[in-house]
Amino acid sequence: MTNWLTKRLVKAALTVWGVVTLTFALSHLMPGGPAQHIQAQLVSREGGSIDPERLNQLMERYTNVQPDKPVWQQYIDYVTAVLQGDLGESIIRNEPVVDIIADALPWTIFVMGLSLILTFVIGITLGAVMAYYEGTRFDFLSSTIGTVLNSTPFYLLGLLLLFVFAYQVNLLPTGGNMNPRTEPGLNYPFIRGVLIHATLPVLSMVLTEAGGWALSMRGNSISILGEEYLRVARLRGLSDRRIAFTYIGRNAILPLYTNFMIAIGFVIGGSVILEQVFTYEGIGYYMVDAVQANDHPLVMGTFLVLTLAVVFGLLFADLTYGKLDPRIAAGGESDEEY
Amino acid sequence: MKSTDRSSADHPFERVSEVSSTDGFDLSRWLEEHVLVPARILAEDRKTIIGASILTVYVLMGTVGVLLVPEPTTDGPRLQAPFQSLEYPLGTDAMGHDLLAMIVHATPQMLQMILAGAVFATAVATAVGTVAGYKGGLVDDVLTLIMDVMLTIPGLPLIIVLAATIEPSNPLVIGVLLTINTWAGLARTIRAEVLSLRNDNYVEASRLMGTPTWRIIAEDIVPNIMPYVLINFMMAGRSVIFSAVGLYFLGLLPFTALNWGVILDMASSNGALSSTSTIHWVIVPTVVIIALSYGLIMLSQGMDRLFNPRVRARKRD
Repeated sequence: MTNWLTKRLVKAALTVWGVVTLTFALSHLMPGGPAQHIQAQLVSREGGSIDPERLNQLMERYTNVQPDKPVWQQYIDYVTAVLQGDLGESIIRNEPVVDIIADALPWTIFVMGLSLILTFVIGITLGAVMAYYEGTRFDFLSSTIGTVLNSTPFYLLGLLLLFVFAYQVNLLPTGGNMNPRTEPGLNYPFIRGVLIHATLPVLSMVLTEAGGWALSMRGNSISILGEEYLRVARLRGLSDRRIAFTYIGRNAILPLYTNFMIAIGFVIGGSVILEQVFTYEGIGYYMVDAVQANDHPLVMGTFLVLTLAVVFGLLFADLTYGKLDPRIAAGGESDEEY
Repeated sequence: MKSTDRSSADHPFERVSEVSSTDGFDLSRWLEEHVLVPARILAEDRKTIIGASILTVYVLMGTVGVLLVPEPTTDGPRLQAPFQSLEYPLGTDAMGHDLLAMIVHATPQMLQMILAGAVFATAVATAVGTVAGYKGGLVDDVLTLIMDVMLTIPGLPLIIVLAATIEPSNPLVIGVLLTINTWAGLARTIRAEVLSLRNDNYVEASRLMGTPTWRIIAEDIVPNIMPYVLINFMMAGRSVIFSAVGLYFLGLLPFTALNWGVILDMASSNGALSSTSTIHWVIVPTVVIIALSYGLIMLSQGMDRLFNPRVRARKRD
């Protein structure tokens, strides 16, 4: 158990280190890359005649790196600053990147976490029901609808939902995170506003993703229905409930584990496009904004934090997954099979 | 081999091969095995037919269509609805561009991206996955770690950061960039599959005969995982469509050529969402994108049936 846990933690730490190194390399080693771009931006903002010492100071303030130091020193400074939670300062917003992210992150986690959970629950349930009614018209119809929805990029469904529910029916807002006239806190108007604003983003994610989950769950359940151990379980006279949950459900869900890991990355990464479509001011929204404005400290900061969100999401999934599949918690090689 | 055949069992060294044409290459037989039978199975399968037809339409659109349909100009009427005139069958946008012409002329670049991305993702995944699964030990540990790290970095943000730094304009480069970590998930699946294959009898036999590792991988392992590879080739293509359109839609890839995402970007930033008289500007590219991705999924499901006799047999009953 501890061995397995250490391995997972080392993996997470390595990923974080890798991404920090990547952001450093992209910002500071690319010839003509972002760092030089920032210098040019600073020079033009401060007026043509900027004294080199002041330029170095400004560079350090924005990017945590002093360009006149040797590269290894720059790298160490950068990693140290990031580990201390200092991601530099945004150029267009003139605010520490960490502050911008701290405001935005809860929204992203809320809306994407909700999407992920609903997708998973709806997909698995639907898939199991479809497997049970295999070959019926219901099965055929939901398979077809599931495939069509799965062929639809979530942001395009988002656009169509916006057209129908926000512009035509005027039922839901066209964008934003919350009702600006409400006071954030545990009160009904605020919570209602938050849920209303999250409805379309969550809906476009869940509708397009759940179909794929349902189809894989259906396939897994059907192949398990033919297994020997299920016949044995029936012959032993176990209750249908027990067979459905512990024999079919568990064994059909386990192979979806890799999918779930990929889904966490996809969902968090997808926030970049989704939040832009719905002008939902989460991390993804700020990332796109920053890319368009060439605000590199903010781009790299948001990228770093989105990665961290996935790293912790996966770690959490791994730790809880052990409860579902005892073979993994035991630290055997069996987890490699999935 | 007939082990029950008494005469050959009695005189093992006098046995004559039952296959007469071992040294000559039997073309008709090869055709039968590798082309006709799979083709027949494919032709019987509704999903494969749908998928292949859809894909053919897009390939024709990107090759012949580009020659037949003139490039979009701003001569047309503004915001004409679709299916109103033969001249502008899919309608026009706010600048008077013919939507059909825009869709058609964006196809070649899209197909190049899809192909480049899918080839890159499946090739890297197959190479890394088979070597990791077959070699085991330290090689496996290192490769698995790389796969896991790649799997952990969220794809779209990584692509956006790279695209912002590199500013690629060649569709083939964009295609590769868009699958920069798509391969990791597939490589993991392939590795798991290879793990269960590597101790099979015939692989072990090859190993005992001293066959070099690369030949075992190429001749004994890879043919067995081809179904996965082909199915995932389609899925990688689908993910290229999703990210390419998304990034062009947000204006995060350099605007060098027409793209379905660019059309969507122009539509939504010109208020096409707000009225029923302009919504066709959004719906036309949306349908085009969904149809292509549906075709790829259908084809991958059909492939599954071709390679997976059990699925086929189930459908027969």
